[in-house]
Amino acid sequence: MAIAKRQFDAVVVGAGGSGLRAALHLAEADLKVAVLSKVFPTRSYTVAAQGGVAASLGNDGEDNWHWHMFDTVKGSDYLGDQDAIEFMCRKANEAVYELEHFGMPFDRTPDGRIYQRPFGGQTRNYGEGPVKRSCAAADRTGHAMLHTLYQRNVRARTQFFVEWMALDLIRNQDGEVLGVVAMEMETSEVMIFQAKATLLATGGAGRIYSASTNAYINTGDGLGMAARAGVPLEDMEFWQFHPTGVAGAGVLITEGVRGEGGFLLNKDGERFMERYAPTVKDLASRDVVSRAMATEIKEGRGAGKDGEYILLKLDHLGAEVIDKRLPGIREIAMKFANVDCTKNPIPVVPTCHYQMGGVPTNIHGQVYAPDGADENIVRGLYAAGECSCVSVHGANRLGTNSLLDLLVFGKSAAEQVIRDIAVDQAFKDLPNDAADRPLARLARLYSATSGESVAEVGAEMRRTMQLHCGVFRFPDSLAEGVRKMLAVVERVKHTFIKDKSKVFNTARLEALELDNLVETAVSTMISAEARKESRGAHDRSDHPNRDDINWMQHTFWFKEGDRLQYKPVKLKPLTVESFQPKPRVY
Amino acid sequence: MEPATTHGELGKLRWHCRRGLLELDLVLEQFNNRHLEVLDAGQLALFKELLAFGDNDLLDLVMGRTAPADERYGALLKMLRTP
Repeated sequence: MAIAKRQFDAVVVGAGGSGLRAALHLAEADLKVAVLSKVFPTRSYTVAAQGGVAASLGNDGEDNWHWHMFDTVKGSDYLGDQDAIEFMCRKANEAVYELEHFGMPFDRTPDGRIYQRPFGGQTRNYGEGPVKRSCAAADRTGHAMLHTLYQRNVRARTQFFVEWMALDLIRNQDGEVLGVVAMEMETSEVMIFQAKATLLATGGAGRIYSASTNAYINTGDGLGMAARAGVPLEDMEFWQFHPTGVAGAGVLITEGVRGEGGFLLNKDGERFMERYAPTVKDLASRDVVSRAMATEIKEGRGAGKDGEYILLKLDHLGAEVIDKRLPGIREIAMKFANVDCTKNPIPVVPTCHYQMGGVPTNIHGQVYAPDGADENIVRGLYAAGECSCVSVHGANRLGTNSLLDLLVFGKSAAEQVIRDIAVDQAFKDLPNDAADRPLARLARLYSATSGESVAEVGAEMRRTMQLHCGVFRFPDSLAEGVRKMLAVVERVKHTFIKDKSKVFNTARLEALELDNLVETAVSTMISAEARKESRGAHDRSDHPNRDDINWMQHTFWFKEGDRLQYKPVKLKPLTVESFQPKPRVY
Repeated sequence: MEPATTHGELGKLRWHCRRGLLELDLVLEQFNNRHLEVLDAGQLALFKELLAFGDNDLLDLVMGRTAPADERYGALLKMLRTP
C-alpha cells in the first residue's frame, strides 16, 4: 500500500514543554520542523504543573547552581547521573531568563525581578535550610509556559500537526531512525514523516496505574514506539507517588490538609501514622506516609468495601477553618469523592504522579541503547522531558526540577540536532518496510471480528500495576506481578474494537494507546522485580536498605526477550568534584 | 428524531474532552456518558464553545470558582457540575 510521505529536517513528537522548547530552537535555526500532537499543544499535561521551575537566580537570598546540584543528587538518592545534573543546574538560570525574554509572565518582586519561593528538597549551603529557588507564574506555571512557547513557535513558523497520533518509528538496517509513521485522527490518513532527526517529547505514562494523577493523554506513546523499535527503557521501576489522591479518581488533595491538622485513619478508626512516625505523624515526608498507607491496606486495615483505601479526616477542623485555610478542598471532595468533608472523611490512596525513568539519553538528548560498555547512540533519534531518562531525577525527582528538565534538555537536544544535521544534510533512503509495523497494527484492528476488550485489558494492566508494583513492593507479589503482566502483554496483541469508522474513532485511538501503556507497564514490573534494594521511589520489603555496593546501576529493559542490562551511575560530574553517596536524611 | 450530529462529530467532541488536567478528563467523561448523545443542536454548539476554553479557565467554570461571562453557558455548566 502506497502511503503519503512528507519530509522535514526534524519531527518532534509531542507538544508539551519539552517538545515546544526543542521545536522553537530548531525553527529559529531555520530548520523545517513538524510537531505532531494528539491534542492542541496548550492542552498538553505540562499545563498541570503548578509549583514552578527551579533556578538558582538568588533573587531573594544567596543561592548557587552547586547547591542546587547537591540537592538534586541527594534527592535522586544518588541514582542521578552527576554529569547531567551539573549540566542542568548550570543551565537553569539561562533557561529561565530565556523564557522570561520570550514573554513568560513570571511573578515579580516589588523591584521587578523574578519572584522566587521555597520548595521541598531545595536548600541552601548543602542542606542547611530552605532556599527560595522556584520561579513561578502564580499556580499556573505550566500553563503560562505552554502558552509562551506555543506563541513563539507560531512566530518561528513551526508546522503543527494537531490531532495526529504518531504510531511507530522508522529504523533502517543500520539502526538509524529516519522518521515516524503517524495517523491523522480526523481522516485516519496514515503518513510517513521522513526526517533527518526525530525527537520524542511525549511525556510520561502515569496512566499505567489505577491510581494516577496523570491526565488521560499520558499513555507513554514515545516509550511504546521506542520499545517496539528495539530501543531500551531505562530505570522504569522508579515512579513518584503522592500520598493523598482521591480513591478511584486520582485527583490530588493538597498536603496542606494535613498541615492544617487533618490526619489519616484506617478502617478501625486508628490514627496509624502514630505508629510509623511517632513524632511528626501525618506530616512525615511523602514516601514515608505513602509506605505506611500501603502497609495498612496490604495488611487488611484499609477502609471501604474491599479495604482498598485510607480515610483522610478533616471534619474536626470545622467548616469555617476548612473554607478559610483550604479553599477548594470542599468542592474537590464533593465533586470527585462525593463526600462532604466537613462531615465525613475523604477516601484517599497513594497515587502515581511522575515517571523518573524513560528513553535513555545523554545530556545532548541523543538516545542510546547500551551494548556492553559501549553507549551505542541511536542515530537520528533524540528525546527530552518526562519520556526521557537523562538521568537527572534518578530514583526520586525534586519538585520544580521537572519543568527545568524539559527546558534545559529540550533545548540541548535541539542544539545537537542542529549540529548533526549540519554534518549530514541528506535524507537517507527509507526501507521498503518503513510503514509495515504500524499498518499491520491498524489492519489488525480494522479486520478483527472478535477478541479482547480494550477496556478490560487496560483495567487488568492498571490493577496489576497498582496491586503488585505500587508504592511498597513485596518479593512474592512482584514475581506474581511479572507473571500477570506477561499475560496482559499476550492479551493486548488480541484487542478488538467494534467501531471500524475512520473519523475520530476514539475506540481505535484507545487501543493504540494501550499498546504503548503495556510496554511501559511490563518494563516497570520486570525492572522492579529485578532490583533487589530500596532506593528513592523503589521500596522493597525484603531489601529495605539502599545497596551502594551492588546497585549504583541504571536498569535497561529491552522488549525483545524482556532482557535486562545494567550500567553504572555516572558519579563524575563535568567539572566539579563528585558527591559521594550518603544516607538521605532531611 | 434526527440525530443532532454524526458519529464522527461525536468522536471529535469526545476527543476534544481529552485535556491536560485530570479533573477535566473526569468531569467531561462523566458528562459525555450521560448526555453527549442526547444533546440538541443548540446545546452541542455551546458545548463546543466551552471546549474551546483553556484548561484552567474551563476548570474554574466547572468548579464554580468563576462565573461565566456568557450566561448562555449556565445550563450546561450546571449539568457538568452535577455529581
